[in-house]
Amino acid sequence: MKADPHGVLTGTHFLDGDHACCEGALAAGARFAAGYPITPSTEIVERFAARVPTVGGTFIQMEDELAASIALQGGVWGGAKAFTVTSGPGFSLMMEHIGYAAMTETPCVFVDVQRGGPSTGLPTLPAQADMMQARWGSHGDYEIIALCPNSPQECFDLTIKAFNFAEEFRVPVMFMMDEVVGHMTEKVVIPPADQIEVTPRKHTHKSVEEYLPYATNGDMVPEMAHAGDGYKFHITGLTHDEHGYPNMTPQTQDKLVRRLQNKIRSAADRICLFEEDRLDDADVVVVSYGITSRVAQRAIDAARDRGLRVGKLRLITAWPFPEKKIAELAAHVKAFVVPELNLGQMVHEVQRAADGKAKTFAVSHAGGGVHNPDEILNTIVEASRC
Amino acid sequence: MRLTEIRVAGFGGQGVILSAIVLGKAASIYENGFATMTQNFGPEARGGACSAQLILSDEPVLYPYLTQPDIMVVMSQEAYNRFAPELKPQGLLIVEEDLVRVSDLKGDPKVYSIPATRIAEELGKRMVLNSVMVGFFTAVTKLLTADAVRKAVADSVPPSFREVNLKAFEKGYEYGNSALAGALPKPDVEELAYSKE
Repeated sequence: MKADPHGVLTGTHFLDGDHACCEGALAAGARFAAGYPITPSTEIVERFAARVPTVGGTFIQMEDELAASIALQGGVWGGAKAFTVTSGPGFSLMMEHIGYAAMTETPCVFVDVQRGGPSTGLPTLPAQADMMQARWGSHGDYEIIALCPNSPQECFDLTIKAFNFAEEFRVPVMFMMDEVVGHMTEKVVIPPADQIEVTPRKHTHKSVEEYLPYATNGDMVPEMAHAGDGYKFHITGLTHDEHGYPNMTPQTQDKLVRRLQNKIRSAADRICLFEEDRLDDADVVVVSYGITSRVAQRAIDAARDRGLRVGKLRLITAWPFPEKKIAELAAHVKAFVVPELNLGQMVHEVQRAADGKAKTFAVSHAGGGVHNPDEILNTIVEASRC
Repeated sequence: MRLTEIRVAGFGGQGVILSAIVLGKAASIYENGFATMTQNFGPEARGGACSAQLILSDEPVLYPYLTQPDIMVVMSQEAYNRFAPELKPQGLLIVEEDLVRVSDLKGDPKVYSIPATRIAEELGKRMVLNSVMVGFFTAVTKLLTADAVRKAVADSVPPSFREVNLKAFEKGYEYGNSALAGALPKPDVEELAYSKE
């Protein structure tokens, strides 16, 4: 369906990534957010708090991130599209409820504007060191989707995509920004509402008598009913059967947890978005995401100027990891170079997917700034000699 | 326009960030260019030196930070002391002449100065000094058309302050054109600066 025009600020704007993310959420139909302010993400909810009352929605500033991350799920079960926004220290506090959202299949979006860590780290400076936390931060086996924008325009476009994936798969989606992208101001074009596709809530068409909250009807994603609609209503983080009631047997656990995993894995080809350039003749592929992809582009251009055959694979979707694409490339390239603002996270995924068929070179950076493009260039040179 | 790195710096409350937003908007929305603006975030941004970094280009900007600014717009002594040394040799230095004493100059920059705060006060609103600065910048750099910047000014300030900001822009723009025509006295650069070399 098309976006509700009330939430769409159609026009050409000069916005920072945080504000663009807020506009993306409004365009996607988000009408509820609960949050606790933290640099460098606060501007998103600051704008949302000002804008959302004009389109009939609500923002609540909660007492902390634990409360925010569960209040937003209350909003979802009440019928709203909802999200929360945070940065590293707050993201850590939200982990419990990310697992809850995965287990209860609550469609929602968690925005993490990454800053330097661990702990309070570097509040005002960038990092990309929450990438593994986004995937594995809560306990137990589950799958999430994570997207990584590299510009304010993408903060708008991909926030809509994040909400759409959340609704389609009934999964929490991690929107992994970084401080640079969040605080960087560029042109952002917001199209008219009738050009924005939004995925509606997968509300059940069954009668009250027929409806089973976690029956999957063949496609692995159950239909939802909202609190107060008159449907049987039971949501729990305990292992549950299709009635939604606790059922703690190995059989029910196996069926449920495998489905939570498979509903994402089986659609990975469609969820894995990436941008590729000059891969046809490449010996070396630079794999990057977020702000680092723009810094890496400079290094790639410089390497091409020197006659090195280097190409680009930019991860737009970080999770599920595009292992199939990496495996295909590994079959005919010499090496991968993986710059990221951490001491080695997604590089291990690249290495795993390459499965020894191509070498993997990390270009680590502890955060607090971005790479010097020359560091990436030097590693490209080293990789092309291997 | 080729890739141009610009730093706008002053102290909090002078409209440093808004100046950079206006110029970025003019380039990327009202002309067919690209602009990326970042700002220095940190405890020192409150009250002390405040700075915005702006990159203008014909092509999409990749690297978001400045490597060596081509142009520096400085509105406070503290910002001058801190940032002026990073200006590219033969770069362009634009200063608020009543607030910045230009000394210790290296790299032989071209210096333009304007009493932007005084001009803004004459217009009855000290806070429009940044629009005076933007007008002056537009004239002396010739990077952007006056029309594009005018539109960006009008678009970036609250409606009730539009008129006074546009007036401020025109004052700064005229002052800049006079400076280019050599009709103004040369900026006061301390001789000491050169004798130190």
